[in-house]
Amino acid sequence: MQGWLSILLMIALGAGFALVSVLLSSVLGPRQPTAEKLAPYECGMPPVGDARERQSVKFYLIAMIFLLFDIEVAFLYPWAMALRDLGWSGFVQVLLFMTLLFFGYLYVWRKGALDWDAPEPRRAGWR
Amino acid sequence: MIDTFVIPLVKILVVLNATLVAVSYMVLLERKVIAWTQSRLGPMRVGPYGVLQPIADAIKLMIKEDITPVRADRWVFTLAPIISMVPALIVYAVIPFGPTVTIFGHAVPLYVTDINVGLLYIVSVASVGVYGIILAGYASNSKYPLLASLRASAQLISYEVAVTLTLVSVILMAGSLSMVSIVLAQEQARVWYGFVQPLAFGIFFIGSLAETNRAPFDMPEAEQELTGGFHTEYSGMRFALFFLAEYANMIVVSSVATTLFLGGWLRPFPNVAWLGVLDLIPGWIWFLVKSFVFLYIFIWVRATLPRYRYDQLMRLGWKVLIPLAILNLVATAIVKVWWLA
Repeated sequence: MQGWLSILLMIALGAGFALVSVLLSSVLGPRQPTAEKLAPYECGMPPVGDARERQSVKFYLIAMIFLLFDIEVAFLYPWAMALRDLGWSGFVQVLLFMTLLFFGYLYVWRKGALDWDAPEPRRAGWR
Repeated sequence: MIDTFVIPLVKILVVLNATLVAVSYMVLLERKVIAWTQSRLGPMRVGPYGVLQPIADAIKLMIKEDITPVRADRWVFTLAPIISMVPALIVYAVIPFGPTVTIFGHAVPLYVTDINVGLLYIVSVASVGVYGIILAGYASNSKYPLLASLRASAQLISYEVAVTLTLVSVILMAGSLSMVSIVLAQEQARVWYGFVQPLAFGIFFIGSLAETNRAPFDMPEAEQELTGGFHTEYSGMRFALFFLAEYANMIVVSSVATTLFLGGWLRPFPNVAWLGVLDLIPGWIWFLVKSFVFLYIFIWVRATLPRYRYDQLMRLGWKVLIPLAILNLVATAIVKVWWLA
């Protein structure tokens, strides 16, 4: 537990530094708000409409694919630690798991989810 | 008592202070190096050759007006820079700067702590920083920051997959998640892992450029298209925290790269016996030198390479680095199991 006590201390001190510097600057800094200063920045033009509009669906798609792959990697960490004892059988099992995910990856690629330029015309099935 | 509380506290204070000073001088170094690359002088006014510039910058940012835009979500707007900054600082807890040395009769390891899941701790804490960027863009309620933060988070999570996959290869090599054990494993193998895992090292380097939003992947701060990036609406100290966090993250990835791939505190060529003279130089100096080389390359890359386009960036991440990382991982596992069998 000794190690984690140091980490807790570190978190407390790090957060303390960030909080104190923000508080200190809000005390030290001047405060002369004007309507223009407080408006959202839009290259000097008066802001038009709300900022929280609908965004490209590709961001959500990337986030979903990321989740899958990150979970894959999370599974690989304990496997990498234990490979010494698992030997070939452990290796083949994880290779099977990674192959399945790799086919999923190929599917995502072929469907064009990883393309960021203009969507290509839909291909019929696998070329 | 002394060994349980005082020494860890002193070490934490030293590490945090050193980090903050190093971070502010990184900014100066970057301005200087880029200026030299472009045949300019860089900051020269404050102190001789501008060495006091970081202090002047800190004072200036401290006493600037701290603006919260009217439409912003006040609490989240203040919280976002703190969420960015804290992970960048607390990662230093597990980075081994040097071996155990004896100071005034106390055996003091030159790292804050050595937990047995050190690498996992680094990976998980570093991913928390993404929240700071997403929340900053969302809370600003302004078009450019929102777009920039979406781009930044998509970029960060894309490259995170490739980077964490390369880390699995290193764990396979070392058989441990503890940062100190990884260095000791390299000492035992008498080789830096950068030489046995050149592909993983390359992917890690490219990935860490992208993870720290550095050129040529500084898409979140593409001035020409997104004004200031996700911190457009920020000013004063809250802006400075984002800036400090970025540079602190740069030092983190250089230290992690040094530990995992360049042998941490080990001297160069640990396999050549007659170079043992180099062991007279303390380990922490080797560590700092190696990290500094890494940081210099970061700045050099920024001064030399133009920015990628966003679709090129995502293509590189998803279609080149991830397959290569998986290939490297499988190859490493095969060699490893073969070796053990």
